[in-house]
Amino acid sequence: MQTLFEKIAAGQLWRFPGGIHPPTRKAELSKKPIATMPLPERLFLPLRQHIGVAGTCLVRKGDYVLKGQPLTVADSSMSVPVHAPTSGLILAVTDHTSPHPSALPEPTIVLEPDGLDEWREREPLDYQQCSTQQLLERIQGAGIAGMGGAGFPTHLKSASTRQIDYIIINGVECEPYISADDALMQEHASTIVQGIEILSHLLTPKAVIIAIEDDKQSAFHAMQAAVDDRQHWFVRAVPTKYPSGGEKQLIQLLTGQEVPAGRRPMDIGIMMFNVGTSFAIAQAVLDDIPLISRIVTLAGQTLQQTQNVLAPLGTTVSDLLYFCGFQPEPQQRVIMGGPMMGFTLPDLSVPIIKTSNCILAPTQQELPAAANEMDCIRCTACAEACPASLLPQQLLWFSKAKDQDKLSEYNLFDCIECGACAYVCPSEIPLVQYYRIAKSEIREQQREALKAEQAKARFEARKARLEAEKLERQQRNERLAAERAAKQNMDSSNAVAAALTRVQNRQQQAPDDVATINAEREHQKPQAGTQQSLTAEQPANTPQASEQDPRKAAIAAALARAKAKKQQQDTADTPEAPKAADTTAPEPEPATDPRKAAIAAALARAKAKKQQQDTADTAAPKAADTTAPESEPATDPRKAAIAAALARAKAKKQQQDTADTAAAPSAADTTAPEPDPAADPRKAAIAAAVARAKARKLKESESE
Amino acid sequence: MMSTALLVMGAIALLFGGLLGYAALRFRVESDPLVEQIDEILPQTQCGQCGYPGCRPYAEAIANGDEINKCPPGGEATVRKLADLMGVEAKPLDADAQSSIKKVAFIREDECIGCTKCIQACPVDAIVGATRQMHTVIADECTGCDLCVEPCPVDCIDMIPVAETAERWKWDLQSIPIRHIETN
Repeated sequence: MQTLFEKIAAGQLWRFPGGIHPPTRKAELSKKPIATMPLPERLFLPLRQHIGVAGTCLVRKGDYVLKGQPLTVADSSMSVPVHAPTSGLILAVTDHTSPHPSALPEPTIVLEPDGLDEWREREPLDYQQCSTQQLLERIQGAGIAGMGGAGFPTHLKSASTRQIDYIIINGVECEPYISADDALMQEHASTIVQGIEILSHLLTPKAVIIAIEDDKQSAFHAMQAAVDDRQHWFVRAVPTKYPSGGEKQLIQLLTGQEVPAGRRPMDIGIMMFNVGTSFAIAQAVLDDIPLISRIVTLAGQTLQQTQNVLAPLGTTVSDLLYFCGFQPEPQQRVIMGGPMMGFTLPDLSVPIIKTSNCILAPTQQELPAAANEMDCIRCTACAEACPASLLPQQLLWFSKAKDQDKLSEYNLFDCIECGACAYVCPSEIPLVQYYRIAKSEIREQQREALKAEQAKARFEARKARLEAEKLERQQRNERLAAERAAKQNMDSSNAVAAALTRVQNRQQQAPDDVATINAEREHQKPQAGTQQSLTAEQPANTPQASEQDPRKAAIAAALARAKAKKQQQDTADTPEAPKAADTTAPEPEPATDPRKAAIAAALARAKAKKQQQDTADTAAPKAADTTAPESEPATDPRKAAIAAALARAKAKKQQQDTADTAAAPSAADTTAPEPDPAADPRKAAIAAAVARAKARKLKESESE
Repeated sequence: MMSTALLVMGAIALLFGGLLGYAALRFRVESDPLVEQIDEILPQTQCGQCGYPGCRPYAEAIANGDEINKCPPGGEATVRKLADLMGVEAKPLDADAQSSIKKVAFIREDECIGCTKCIQACPVDAIVGATRQMHTVIADECTGCDLCVEPCPVDCIDMIPVAETAERWKWDLQSIPIRHIETN
């Protein structure tokens, strides 16, 4: 028995079910050479021209770009960049009608060509010497997406990790009128073959099959000549039938294998590329020309010259049509894509993109608009024509009834929307439109269901979190209450004992402290001397000041030390302390002052706000205006600031109290403030903790 | 004779009773599956427009015999599905017919004072921000329940319709505009 490979090598063809034979209307088109579109006045380049996500825009209004310069950067694997088709000025990055049946505006770069057509620097690669990674990066960087119509990023297909047995190059182009690939194969067969060689280099298949419909004889011969006698490369002429160019249909036609429902050809070891895609790959790798132009078929009897045009991407449909001598009828329809699968354009300012292969401007007579839809008569002509072996009439019923379970049971998602069923329908039912609506509704519902699931998960996570927080708060409150009770007990019984130990500690430390105090004095003396010399004109005041100073300074120093200790946890050096004493001595007052001032200011602001709220027509509307923006956003910070200030004031008071009490017993000698460091930090720490707790409480009550 | 029959029957009754009792323990279902099914149908916006604090409590209420037409975000489709599941007649929506346009919350960020009130109101944690910092809505996670609109003290939250994109766009034969193309 022959193996599949032998059968393919022997030239066997299989057949796929269904299919139709509409008039092809290509004979005239395929004989003409490819015309080159002169640069239009404006190019509209949508950021997204393929299936996937748009890249991030790199240019801004007013930038000057060179031909082939990337305008977006691909920041995910599902994205490919777009490039400047010519050199010129970026006029805007704005929303523009998209080449999509919805015609919804999408972000688009508007480029004004400068006519110089100046290239950026180019770096051709030798693909034999390149790593796979380098080649794939080049293919992605050149912005190549499937040019047969779907626009799937090519680098993803070429990066297949699965063993690929067959590469199929699709030059079938079965839809009526369209002959862009035909023209490309006739004129650039050798470049296409180079592209296929790069793909084979990447995917290492057993064989390459190039499929061309048998009505394109010149393209077939051109390709055969270009392929020459390469081993395991087969150029096959396939019978003219619509839709033999469909991916799954062509695979069935060439290999007899069926791609399972919901799977991709890759899963059965087959990869298919359009001839246009392989041409673009060759250009990108060998000449470093990114995908910036494509061949578009311009057809229809309202055009004086129907022809294939090589046009820069971003050229508007109207520019292209008038280039071909467009003479519109009243209520002229213009179709993007072929007559079977294309869509009517609502607006001629739509640009052509990487996937646009045909613009059709037919006369009313040539391609009549849809007539009145009639009821289905159950003739099953559609089921016979369906290339995917579906039951279109059943799908129609279920689509109308929005019965989604039944629709998936009847495999709606295997429909390739080829339009064969609608073409044969005697009741002229636009079946495909119904399927498209049903498909988009099912997709939307799946999205909604997914979102609902996520929302539920988030809601439940939040509920759990809130409960945990509540429990934690409760536990903390209980713990704090217990602590407070314990502390109160201890305080009442142990106060005396604690006082005794404090005194003992102080006495133990006293000898050390005497030395430090002496050192302090030594330091202070020269300073006092300088001070005296400086304030010579006020001799009367100085003795008084020097009398008061040491005590105050000492207290302040203690405070400063406590602060320093708290902040840095390292013991203040003795030389530092007196200095601090000097500098901080006058501080307490100014320190309290700003705080007080801040509180006062806050109160004043609050009052002002109140007044403003109460009486809208105050005498000073200007003042109200100026305070308004200030006070509005500051509501919270002010409150918090006041609370913090209060807490700090309390802490200070406590600290001072403790300092005073500590100072009182040993007030007789000047060593008084010095013994405190041991007691002070502790007290200060407690006070600080209390203040913090209070602040937290305040915050909590605020947030609640 | 009579007593043997009674004994036999009694023994059988005890045996089966024991079996049933064991099965009830062994194959115990953790929660009411009906509630789960109803919860699946509800749209999970957690908006509370039904009068219950979230979709699940409403699902429980329906299982206990509450009306099925109290879910405005779900719309008629949800009512129909609930009617199917519960075997009752589908009723029109209880609330005023709300527009079925999907909306998401949007915070006007320059006006936000950072009070965190909306964050606390959001049932699905779709608002990020911190005290005295600007807040913003994660549009993808927002269910459009508009529970955050009411608590905002400066009214800086709007409900805006979700923009239609080409991917979400639904083919609609009626809405494809027929336009004249100017002839020149």
